[in-house]
Amino acid sequence: MTKEYETIINTITLPYRWALGPAWTRFFDGLKEEKIYGTRCRKCKKIFVPARSFCPDCFEDLDEWSDVSQEGTLRSWTLVKKSHYGQVRRPPYALGLIHLDGTDCDFIHFIGGIDLSDLKKVREKIKAGTRVKAVWNKEKNANIHDISYFKPLK
Amino acid sequence: MRKMAIAQFAQSAGVESKENLMDFTYRISKEVLDKAGLKRSEVGCVVIASSDIFHSGLSCANAIDWDGAGAFMVEGTRAEDSMFAFIYACMRIMSGHFDTVLVTSIVKGSENPENDTLTGFFADPFYMRPLGINETTAAAMQMREYMQRCNITEEQCAKVVVKNLGNALFNPYAHVRKRVTVDDVLNSDVVSDPLKALECAPKSEGVASILLAAEDKAKKLTDKPVWVKGFGTSMDHFNLGDRDLLNGQLKIAAGRAYKMAGIRNPKKEIDVAEICEPYAFQELLWCEKLGLCGDGEGGKLIDSGVTQMHGASPVNPSGGVLAMNPYVSRGLYRLIESAMQISGSAGGHQVDKKVKTALAHGTHGFAGQCHSLVILEG
Ligand SMILES: [Zn+2]
Repeated sequence: MTKEYETIINTITLPYRWALGPAWTRFFDGLKEEKIYGTRCRKCKKIFVPARSFCPDCFEDLDEWSDVSQEGTLRSWTLVKKSHYGQVRRPPYALGLIHLDGTDCDFIHFIGGIDLSDLKKVREKIKAGTRVKAVWNKEKNANIHDISYFKPLK
Repeated sequence: MRKMAIAQFAQSAGVESKENLMDFTYRISKEVLDKAGLKRSEVGCVVIASSDIFHSGLSCANAIDWDGAGAFMVEGTRAEDSMFAFIYACMRIMSGHFDTVLVTSIVKGSENPENDTLTGFFADPFYMRPLGINETTAAAMQMREYMQRCNITEEQCAKVVVKNLGNALFNPYAHVRKRVTVDDVLNSDVVSDPLKALECAPKSEGVASILLAAEDKAKKLTDKPVWVKGFGTSMDHFNLGDRDLLNGQLKIAAGRAYKMAGIRNPKKEIDVAEICEPYAFQELLWCEKLGLCGDGEGGKLIDSGVTQMHGASPVNPSGGVLAMNPYVSRGLYRLIESAMQISGSAGGHQVDKKVKTALAHGTHGFAGQCHSLVILEG
């Protein structure tokens, strides 16, 4: 019997070199010094974190920098259990939307410092409204992983 | 507004196709032109939807898809989302420059990496991507918030899967066709808590093609024109943390489409809705925002049974995206199902009631960043 069709397998790897721009450079340099920077809009008064160069609502320049709180309240979270190609880390790991005190948006990061192997226990431990605090990585590279994770308080 | 209608359409089934991308595109585009009795050169223009680099592994795949869609030497353009491609086609007819537009959408889900791998590339490379934000993790956080703020239960979300996969049993074009129970859904593997495997759409093959025509032309190309009455789109902020995940842009997009179509009471006036629900709970949330039930009442809606195939307001009689998820093409699949319901040609998955007005919805981006919808009428 003749084969109906064949497939070929090919993996594409391409190097890119992305500019961070001045605002994000300052934000990531801040992480190196264990500071989380936001920027405040003069018009709507909102503080955005990570810091950015313009207000997404007012479409105005943001140039008022603020060293924001490293503690906040969890708005929502997920425990990732399934693996996929190119995943950022090996499951299980938890992600959260964190409302840092005094800011006006949610900050995304890992939730950690607790046993993540049992979903039932994780669900008891972390809920919307749980207070969390940034835990810093010893080794810093001026990137988002300079924060290891946010740890539930109590 | 210049009147226009879906004159002809064709879709591939969700099973793995033996065709290569160009032949696959050709097969379905050709089927539509044959049904209409049109030569390639008689088509006014062509709009292609394909997400080239990540879904096809080709840069600027329209270079290759162009031939398959019969678009060489014809006026044409392309979009990354097929519902948008259709809306662009509408605008081309409305402009008066063209009388016919062929819209073809292409994806071979069997050939590319997993959805979570691909959708991770939607995220910016500095912040959200290195934290593992992709369509699934974003949806999981949206689902938890929805459950908490609106008292939606996991059982209610699971019921969407039971309904939609059950409907797909009657749809020969669907990819996943099986009878499942609420317990099957709740006991399926946790993907990204609270999302379970059966609540997440599969990856499917799908080439779909629609011939859109201005009024006079449409009447010549078909006995059963399906009229476009309105459309609307809206786009939310990019950063997940800047958004209210339960109050996104769908209400705004719907308001635009309803205004254009003259719809005042969507709950009463929409006979059937085809909704893009890559994650089960999203069908409930999107129904709320589309005005098919009140805010926070998505759970009650599925419990009431009205969205079942034989209910008063059927939602996703095709089986929806949970049963068939050809990523870029899923918008055209919603439109084709809506057109079939209006023309009474859906066969085993034809709803009981008479369908005059249908709603087709599309979404892409994280947790419904972007929404689009089209209102069709018989
Ligand atoms: Zn502002």
